[in-house]
Amino acid sequence: MSDQGVNRRDFLVKMAQGAALAGSGGLLWDYILRQEAHASPYALRPPGALAENDFNAACIKCGQCAVACPPFILKIEPAGGALPIGTPFFEARTGPCIMCPDIPCVKACPTGALSPKLKKIEDARMGLAVIDIENCLSWKGLRCEICHRDCPLKGKAIVLETDPRGTSKHAVFRPIVNSDACTGCGICEKACPTEIAAIRILPHKLVQGKIGEHYRLGWTFDTQITQDFKPAEKVGPAPANAPPATSGGKPAGVDYLNSGGL
Amino acid sequence: MNAPETQVQSRLAEHPVPTGLWAWRYIILRRISQFGILLMFFGSFHWAWHVAKNVPLLAGNLSASKFIGLIPLTDPFAALQIFLTGHVLQKESLIGAAIVMGFYLIFGGRVFCAWVCPVNVVTDAAGWLRNRLAVKPIFHISRTLRYFVLAATLVITVISGLAAFEWVSPIGMAHREIIFGLGMGFTALLAIFLFDLLILKNGWCGHLCPLGAFYSLFGKTTLLRVRFDKTTCTHCGECAKVCPEPQVLNLKKLDERGYVFSGECSNCGRCTPICPEGSLKFDFKPLIRGHNAQALAQAESIAVQRRTK
Repeated sequence: MSDQGVNRRDFLVKMAQGAALAGSGGLLWDYILRQEAHASPYALRPPGALAENDFNAACIKCGQCAVACPPFILKIEPAGGALPIGTPFFEARTGPCIMCPDIPCVKACPTGALSPKLKKIEDARMGLAVIDIENCLSWKGLRCEICHRDCPLKGKAIVLETDPRGTSKHAVFRPIVNSDACTGCGICEKACPTEIAAIRILPHKLVQGKIGEHYRLGWTFDTQITQDFKPAEKVGPAPANAPPATSGGKPAGVDYLNSGGL
Repeated sequence: MNAPETQVQSRLAEHPVPTGLWAWRYIILRRISQFGILLMFFGSFHWAWHVAKNVPLLAGNLSASKFIGLIPLTDPFAALQIFLTGHVLQKESLIGAAIVMGFYLIFGGRVFCAWVCPVNVVTDAAGWLRNRLAVKPIFHISRTLRYFVLAATLVITVISGLAAFEWVSPIGMAHREIIFGLGMGFTALLAIFLFDLLILKNGWCGHLCPLGAFYSLFGKTTLLRVRFDKTTCTHCGECAKVCPEPQVLNLKKLDERGYVFSGECSNCGRCTPICPEGSLKFDFKPLIRGHNAQALAQAESIAVQRRTK
């Protein structure tokens, strides 16, 4: 073999070695990043935080939100912690968000990982309060309702539902969380007097379901496809077992079954 | 012994290598700068060092910060990575990155490495101990490796959608954990110390760190440089012994340019005070040519005087 051939082969092998080194190193690096970013789904982010993936991409890990936070509840995750490294979070049980009206943490964020589109703190969605009804004192029938009283949006985010209790004269005052008003500030979790909080803040995606587009709740809004079922008392004076209302003489909801269109 | 060496010997006898505090002045200043910056961040967070009501002196850390509530500062490399993830950065972080870039374009790209970065304290300590213990090298890697690490950082950032270096940076870990609370980041610093001490000389700062590579890239264009006066240099090599990036003191290139040209020079000021002849001095680039011409003329006139004596 000529010198030329040997040199060319050496060169190609060197190139392949370099590519293999870069490729394997790069894959390892990429793997570490993804592991770190998906470390834990339980992180409660400051108000205005983008969706978790976007937030992880945009946060520069500077901690200016933590410096700006008046009650100093924001912490920066160190290396080796359970949450993505260097990102801000808070723990509702020990330090809830006090919902400052001027939202200084969002103002301090230089990159927009905490979105400046959040103008009113009531629109923040840091998480959702979830009640463990088996261990909630109020649900058990005791007069507690501390979460309701401490809630900054009481009457909207947490409402009390009263129900006569089976065997006694007293009513049960049950706290109920409304997801369309709860900001996830965590003041209820901090205030909950049970040994382990019976009301807790969790990220929405861990607790909220979705019914899907194909369900039509005909009694809540006008819709083309309907069985025309309406709770009898609210429709009017018609009797509860009245025949379904018709449009053009035919029942609207079942019409398509007989039209031969399918 | 041949002639040039005896010449060096005699010149060294005339002008010994400076020692003592004065020769260490830049190292002392650099430590003051590095720890001072850290202290300002720490004090602003823990001790409420405020310049006015609710206006911290220096909020944040090295990734991004705000000085006296007015001047945003952003790590341009971190901003670049976040930009590559596809996130549209807010104006504030872009202005901050421009301010930081502007500063380093004047004072030298890798001034960050020698005067700001906390990891430099660790690697300098490792380098010093390595010299004292005379640790022998195990293997050799090209210092251009850092540019490949830099390229890999950007490629992986695009692929993963995460700022690749910011998530693993020991610089970020060190600063964050000193300012915001301890974690495992110190093990990263320990690893770098052992790596530099026992495995590869100047291993982290000189071979691997992509942030240093990033600043090296535009280091050539910066204003503050180390001027080289060839008329007084005796080629004694004391400068290259202390330099953490000795390839930047290539005599041929120094001769051609009249100053340290490579962007890998961090303006650390190790060489300038120890040069027995004072041939290496900080200077601003536009003035260097004039100063060198002046030195040449002076040297010629001295030579003429000697000849006429």
